[in-house]
Amino acid sequence: MFGKLTLSDIPYNDPIIMGAVVSSTFLALIIIGLITYFKKWPYLWHEWLTSVDHKRIGVMYIILALVMMLRGFADAIMMRGQQAMAAGPDPGYLTPHHYDQIFGSHGTIMIIFVAMPFVIGLMNLVIPHQIGARDVAFPVLNSVSFWLTVAGAGLIMISLGVGEFTNTGWFGIAPLFEKTYNPGVGVDYWMWAFQIAGVGSLLSGVNFLVTIVKMRAPGMTWMKMPLFTWTTLTTNVLMILSFPVITGALFLLTLDRYLGMHFFTNGMGGNMMMWNNLFWMWGHPEVYIVVLPSFGIFSEVVATFSRKKLFGYVSLVWATAAIMILSFTVWLHHFFTMGNDTNVNIFFGIATMAIAIPTGVKVYDWLFTMYRGRITFSTPMYWVLGFLTLFVIGGMTGVLMAIPPADFVVHNSLFLIAHFHNMLIPGALFGYFAGFAYWFPKVFGFRLDEKWGKRAFWGWAVGFFVAFMPLYVLGFMGMPRRMAHYDNMAWQPWLIVAAVGALIVGAGILSQLIQIYISIRDRKKNVDLTGDSWENGRTLEWMSSSPPPVYNFAVIPKVDELDEWWAMKENGTAYQRPAEYHDIHMPKNVARGPIIGGLVLAFGFAMVWYIWWLAIAAMIGIIATVIIGSSHDDEEYVIPAAEVKRIEDERFEQLAAAMEEKKNN
Amino acid sequence: MGVVLLLATVLLSSCSNMVVLDSKGPIGSEEAFLIKIAFILMLIVVLPVFVMVIWFSVRYRASNKKATYKPNWAHSHKIELVVWLVPIAIVAALSYLTWVKTHELDPYKPIASDVKPVRVEVISTDWNWLFIYPDYNIAVVNHLVFPANTPVNFRLTSASVMTSFFIPQLGSQIYVMAGMRTKLHLQADHEGTYLGQNIEYSGTGYATMHFDAVATSKEEFEDWVEKAKQSPDVLNMATYEKFAQPNTDYPVTTYSSVAPKLFDHVMMQFMGWMGGTDHAMKMTDDMDDTHHMNGMQDSTQMQEEHGQMIMQSDSGHVHTKTMEDK
Repeated sequence: MFGKLTLSDIPYNDPIIMGAVVSSTFLALIIIGLITYFKKWPYLWHEWLTSVDHKRIGVMYIILALVMMLRGFADAIMMRGQQAMAAGPDPGYLTPHHYDQIFGSHGTIMIIFVAMPFVIGLMNLVIPHQIGARDVAFPVLNSVSFWLTVAGAGLIMISLGVGEFTNTGWFGIAPLFEKTYNPGVGVDYWMWAFQIAGVGSLLSGVNFLVTIVKMRAPGMTWMKMPLFTWTTLTTNVLMILSFPVITGALFLLTLDRYLGMHFFTNGMGGNMMMWNNLFWMWGHPEVYIVVLPSFGIFSEVVATFSRKKLFGYVSLVWATAAIMILSFTVWLHHFFTMGNDTNVNIFFGIATMAIAIPTGVKVYDWLFTMYRGRITFSTPMYWVLGFLTLFVIGGMTGVLMAIPPADFVVHNSLFLIAHFHNMLIPGALFGYFAGFAYWFPKVFGFRLDEKWGKRAFWGWAVGFFVAFMPLYVLGFMGMPRRMAHYDNMAWQPWLIVAAVGALIVGAGILSQLIQIYISIRDRKKNVDLTGDSWENGRTLEWMSSSPPPVYNFAVIPKVDELDEWWAMKENGTAYQRPAEYHDIHMPKNVARGPIIGGLVLAFGFAMVWYIWWLAIAAMIGIIATVIIGSSHDDEEYVIPAAEVKRIEDERFEQLAAAMEEKKNN
Repeated sequence: MGVVLLLATVLLSSCSNMVVLDSKGPIGSEEAFLIKIAFILMLIVVLPVFVMVIWFSVRYRASNKKATYKPNWAHSHKIELVVWLVPIAIVAALSYLTWVKTHELDPYKPIASDVKPVRVEVISTDWNWLFIYPDYNIAVVNHLVFPANTPVNFRLTSASVMTSFFIPQLGSQIYVMAGMRTKLHLQADHEGTYLGQNIEYSGTGYATMHFDAVATSKEEFEDWVEKAKQSPDVLNMATYEKFAQPNTDYPVTTYSSVAPKLFDHVMMQFMGWMGGTDHAMKMTDDMDDTHHMNGMQDSTQMQEEHGQMIMQSDSGHVHTKTMEDK
């Protein structure tokens, strides 16, 4: 009935795990209780969970990312705590088996369930707006993608209290993750969570690629696309080309683990290095999937807050395209040390260094955007400046590791850990935070509190520096990654400093939570009435009201310039009322997304625990939902012209009042 | 304040522990040098970024109305040329360096020396290291002894999952994989005890997989070999099987004799599917040749060599692979 699952799979006896389980369950119960008490379930279901509106899906993606970030950060603090303690005679407070699960869940969560949903969430919020569209190409698919990601995240959260999580890291270590060495359910949880979320990401990639290619406003030629749209486009190409590889690789692993096949095993023709090749053929482009959109955000933010055109737009576009292509030619640098032929190492080493060229160009283009500008230092701009300063350090260490003989002595050490966190925190995450602060007023109609935003920035920037610079040093001291315990006492002082750094990052995260609370409390004070939240908006998203109406644009704009909105303001054609309004067709909300998500979660759980009847039932349910859903004809509703006019009139009234007020000040 | 000072002192003094940059062997020294030179080259691109971030932020802040403001200036051929060409030039220089140094520091390449190399066969298990000295028919667990100023030629394989063999203060690491054999060539220029470790996560006992790598004088090494030969412990298949069971912190043990062809036996465990030992051995030779791109002539020679070797082993001799590492 329950497959392998028995009551003894719940780790009652581990106070640390049970503490986490009890407190997160308790929190969930409080939230569910409050929703029930205020009778908000119908609202939540009809307006949010079943929504196909890209803005709402975007908000839900980002909420998911932020919640998972708290979980991932808790893992980080536990690891730093363990390594600060576990030197010499002190075993630390975690057993090796527990510690090993934590680094696996930290990595998996941060990449798959924080970076990916954050990036896709921002795409959702911004892309249709930025290209002058009313929605994405496939709104229902968008909802399904989101719920698949939630299902994957759900599976990881369940693994906390039922069973265990993988001990083979976020990228899987062949042949350690094979049944012979890992008979438990940890690897299966990782594999299915990864697989499910990966399918969701692939579908998002298809969706946004089609959206950008097919749905741009008339006049928006390729070279008039805002940079964030460009970087999203390249990211979508990377998603479409690379995700099938990981889906295939995970499928082969599934065959190994479930049917006793030998793709990545020791012996019987299995080859562990094949896993490494397949994984990093996805894994390296994945780095650019999460970092390129961030580069797009930096481009938007730096131009807006410098009140100046983006310097070297053409260069930036070509640099982005170059990175997109090169990202597929470097995967082998993840295992220079496997004893391959020297010339193979050299090829991949030089290809890796080549990526530094377009990236360096980008950094200078952003700097020259600031040159001769009028820079205002709002929170998004803080993130940009922090990024520029810290990111180049990571770039340097990256090029260093691209030289195979240099990599031979720092590979798998804490130097490597410091390097990729140096790429992903200032490079990707700072960009998301910049985008979050930058587009928040567009989505909610009020700006985030600046004081707490800047405090959050300092927490993250200083904390990052203090947490990761010691890791570079430790790499040179020969300390390997993933040590649950060590005997070399010389490492300890640096690990204590790193732990302090993690606490400072914690203060930054706390400031972000306070910032959100204070901003909601004082929303009247920071209200954005014009829709051009930062006054110097350049691209189409700043044209509509904040928050925008469900249809985004009453009349689809016609684009003549690269920075169309800025040009309209310059020409005095901004804020003009159209001559007439037409009926607008919008997609109806559907329950398919959450239903499929729920069934996929059941399927994943059933597969992990060998509950075959449930797996079969869930699979049939998924197929049935898709078939039934596809046969619906009644997918749209109409917003009549009169209703559009009413909404727009309100908007122009609000705008006039805002202009008046501004003049009086 | 006192705490901060104390911490600063501790941190500074532990900088001398940056063993990777303070290498005691020719390979590691070259690698450390490479890291330093690459770092300096890259500063050419990176330092201006720090300067410009601060300079532009201060100079072009909105409140500074004296600064030039050119909202539509967004293109300059001169600047574009510089920001493309300078990184290209640096990457070109680094690429050249990569080409030369990667060939020079190929872990499979024997170290040129007048001294006859010491050969060591390394087997990693869950979670211990076994070092076999085929020329002396001795072995030792979790402890590596070798003479300084003498090249050490390692052949490595795993009896279980993948690991990575690394002695930070001597240089390059190399993956250790079951059913496969990798090679590594290191040398210590100074006597001393260096930390050796597994640097590829391999399961619960991973953190315990470290050992002392002791570089001794020539005489001390010979003494050690003599003593090892007197050891009451022998490494036959039974003691090997016991040792290879998953366990941590296996005590340092020297063995006065080693089961014939143990290293190949461990590798063959995972290669039986290929259709017999003979064929499988040829496969590993082919892998060898591809690596060195030796050409047909050598590979024929190598296979003949192995035909002999396998015959020898049938008669119970410990094999010596003379073509190895030529």
